Amino acid sequence: NEGKELSKEEKQRLRKQKKQQKKQKERKNEKSETEKEKTPVSLLPPPRPVATQKAPSALPAPASAPIPVPASAPFHSSPAPSPADKPAKSKAELKAERRARQETDRAAKQPGSSSSGIKTKVPLSELNPVVKRLPEHVQVDDPAVVKRLAKKLERQQIPLRSDYGYKVSLFSHLHQYSRKAPLTQQLSIPSTVIHPSIVRLGLQYSQGIVAGSNARSVALLHAFKQVIRDYTTPPNEELSRDLVNKLKPYISFLNQCRPLSASMGNAIKYIKKEISNIPSQCKEEEAKTKLLTCIDRYIEEKIVLAAKAISKYAIEKISDGDVILVYGCSSLVNNILCEAFEKSRKFRVIVVDSRPRLEGREALRRLVQRGISCTYVLISALSYILPEVSKVFLGAHALLANGYVMSRVGTSQIALVARTFNVPVLVCCETYKFCEKVQTDSFVSNELDDPDDLMVTRKGKTQLENWQDVSSLGLLNLVYDVTPPDFVDLVITDLGMIPCTSVPVVLRVKNLDQ
Amino acid sequence: MELQAVLMAAGGGSRMMDLTYNTPKPLLPVGNKPLIWYPLNLLERVGFEEVIVITTKEVQKMISTDPKVKLDVKMKLDLVCIQEDADMGTADALRHIQQKVKTDVLVVSCDLITDAALHEVVDLFRAHNATLSMLMSKAHEFTETVPGQKGKKKTGEQRDFVGVDDTGKRLLFMANEADLDEGVVIRKSIMRKHPRMHIKTGLVDAHLYCLKKSVVDFLADNKSISSIRGELVPYLVRKQFSKSTNSPKVIDETHQNLKKNDSNVNLEIQISSRDEELLHLTQERSCWNDHRGDMSDAYHGGRLRCYVHIMDEGICYRVNTLAAYIEANRLAPKLFDEPAVHPSAVVSERCLIGADSIIGASCQISDKTSIKRSTIGVSTTVREKVKVTNSIIMHGVTIEEGCNIQGSVICSNAVIGRGADIKYCLVGSAQRIEPDAESTNEVIVGTDQLMEI
Repeated sequence: NEGKELSKEEKQRLRKQKKQQKKQKERKNEKSETEKEKTPVSLLPPPRPVATQKAPSALPAPASAPIPVPASAPFHSSPAPSPADKPAKSKAELKAERRARQETDRAAKQPGSSSSGIKTKVPLSELNPVVKRLPEHVQVDDPAVVKRLAKKLERQQIPLRSDYGYKVSLFSHLHQYSRKAPLTQQLSIPSTVIHPSIVRLGLQYSQGIVAGSNARSVALLHAFKQVIRDYTTPPNEELSRDLVNKLKPYISFLNQCRPLSASMGNAIKYIKKEISNIPSQCKEEEAKTKLLTCIDRYIEEKIVLAAKAISKYAIEKISDGDVILVYGCSSLVNNILCEAFEKSRKFRVIVVDSRPRLEGREALRRLVQRGISCTYVLISALSYILPEVSKVFLGAHALLANGYVMSRVGTSQIALVARTFNVPVLVCCETYKFCEKVQTDSFVSNELDDPDDLMVTRKGKTQLENWQDVSSLGLLNLVYDVTPPDFVDLVITDLGMIPCTSVPVVLRVKNLDQ
Repeated sequence: MELQAVLMAAGGGSRMMDLTYNTPKPLLPVGNKPLIWYPLNLLERVGFEEVIVITTKEVQKMISTDPKVKLDVKMKLDLVCIQEDADMGTADALRHIQQKVKTDVLVVSCDLITDAALHEVVDLFRAHNATLSMLMSKAHEFTETVPGQKGKKKTGEQRDFVGVDDTGKRLLFMANEADLDEGVVIRKSIMRKHPRMHIKTGLVDAHLYCLKKSVVDFLADNKSISSIRGELVPYLVRKQFSKSTNSPKVIDETHQNLKKNDSNVNLEIQISSRDEELLHLTQERSCWNDHRGDMSDAYHGGRLRCYVHIMDEGICYRVNTLAAYIEANRLAPKLFDEPAVHPSAVVSERCLIGADSIIGASCQISDKTSIKRSTIGVSTTVREKVKVTNSIIMHGVTIEEGCNIQGSVICSNAVIGRGADIKYCLVGSAQRIEPDAESTNEVIVGTDQLMEI
């Protein structure tokens, strides 16, 4: 109760104290780590929502905070410019100070400068709420985070890819790369640090040759198979630990070429788990074959068989005489439509496409090749064409834990307009794309593609050729957007047909299985 | 290991016999460095650690014994000798080292001087899983007068026709004028798959090829192919569109053909065919296509692909003619940052040395000489009152007083007598020019060389 009565100045003073003490603690952490681990635990107060919120906010929010202060600040230096310098500290203030010190101890115990793209959930104790930190790839405008990333890449001997062009201010916290500056420029030929199949994969990602969530995951697992085949355990090392460490720089490299997708992230988690579960007495050849079969099984179960199961469920939903609207090129939706056509359902398809990727053309080709009658429109004609449509089938890049669907930019528009016309929207997604992230808007975490893709040459003239010279012009090429669950009527997964809000249940069941 | 570098240094320099009858082509000095240094430097800069150098016994001897021939490269050089008189083509040489080739190869010619970004060529090779990837450059006109050439340059030299697709990267057609009887013949299958083709003629082939290992194995079986540039590359380009490579049944047969008794190679083919399904699955699920407008899959389902990277700007020369040699000498200093005047050269104070001249080690330049836009080789002596303009002086030359040398090439160990006036001449190796001689536009070589045809 005394905490809630802390005045504004006291709160400020506490914050500054914590900041300085945290820096001291980080330095002293290496020396006396074990001691500190014992003492704060015994003195833990009951959860105080105000205080705990201060700890994480003090760390990432003020942009200048993580920049190290010169080491001369002594441990017990009083908070320097405090408005009310009370000479006699009251009992409340002493208690608050003690609590503040405990907060900083706890904060210092966290893996402070470990930088991993995936959020680190650090359960400090069962009493305190979980502290989530922002992933690095959405903090590009924070110079300290960028420096940390550069240091990590340097340690792993991977070149840093520099951002390109002016970024629109709303998205300046994301990376924006140019396709004309591939990462291989800074690598040696032949690549020795990074396995050749990973370099090839990175190139294929950055040039868009392998695009689409399923294709990227399959290609990633294929490359990992080559890596595992060529791997030899160095002496005095264990395969289960060393191979995971070998994979880390490769993953950073691929991340630099193109940010990892949710499906790739899940595949990597699975592989890492399988590798660490290899018993230490297992011989190398045996372990390698085991891993290779694991990868094959994963692909077979989660991608190939899942596609078959989803097609089976989805075909029940397609009736004769349907007019189905699809957007962009989703491998799963194309698969469903082709299978439905083979099972002699009578329907026609409307393919909606959008610039700059124009992926719908590829979807159109694949469907027409099978003999399905299709119509092709651009997304600007959506409301014109929707009265004809009976169902909308959408693919997904990932399904988030709060039921939102993350998919190609433009999907949420389609879902919105379809809802206004009362057309059912069905999202098809395999369970391995379910992600524990939570997002309610498309701004926080997204991907910025090469802005030069927006330039188009018509009749020999490229209007936007010198867009960089115009200071007030920014080109924005977003890749993903999120669709709220109220616009989605059904999600068809390999586990069955579930409403959008059941995604957390599936995730929980998956976690229990593992 | 991803790529192995192979440097072809066994060529005879048949188009510049005047220069090469005494010095083998790989060791001709360009900017006071042996010609072979340039491709080796390129490979080293890019990050190669070992190179297989195919050369003749003579060159190998000279590299190891001659102190002037400094090869200050840090890479490991694996010198493979072939008989000089065996008349081996470049493909024959590759067949010769087939046992050493364990991965894909990057074949470079010793006469290539370029500052190209090699990663462009290799990226095409990697990203599209290509069988062949090569480098070409827009040809530049040679502006310098070539000594010994009487009259205009022969026009109508054998042209190369290179056909690329709309993106400018995929190689669709390659033929030399010599192989075409009446006109350029293009198969209908190519036009059906790639309706827009750009045919270029003014390109210089840099003779830099990335080849898959299976091509080297294929060469071992097909002994009729002897030159990479003349026969192998056009063959591969044609094979892209032949019906047999695209049908799956025949592919198994070609796999059988490529199999050797070596069990490692067997395994590799087995591995690649095992994972073919994964690659196929990836391609199926990926929403990318390299062309649009027809109903076929990416790459038209073809398994053999050839790519080319065409440089627009930058230096790219093949030093296989005299004109190219002179031009390369002009531009070579731009490729490395050593000081123009070697520190060990003794240069007297009252001489004028232009900014774009290079003076080699242990030279002696006396008073009142003027050296403009020229290259002076190692251990050359230049006496007083000599004017050297626009010329290339190789190693060990002695130029007596009062000479005037303009636009000429003086080969190693020659002696130019006092007061000679040499304009646009080529003075062969170890030749003596009498004092007060006046030569314009001549090729002065020894009588024994004249006998060679």
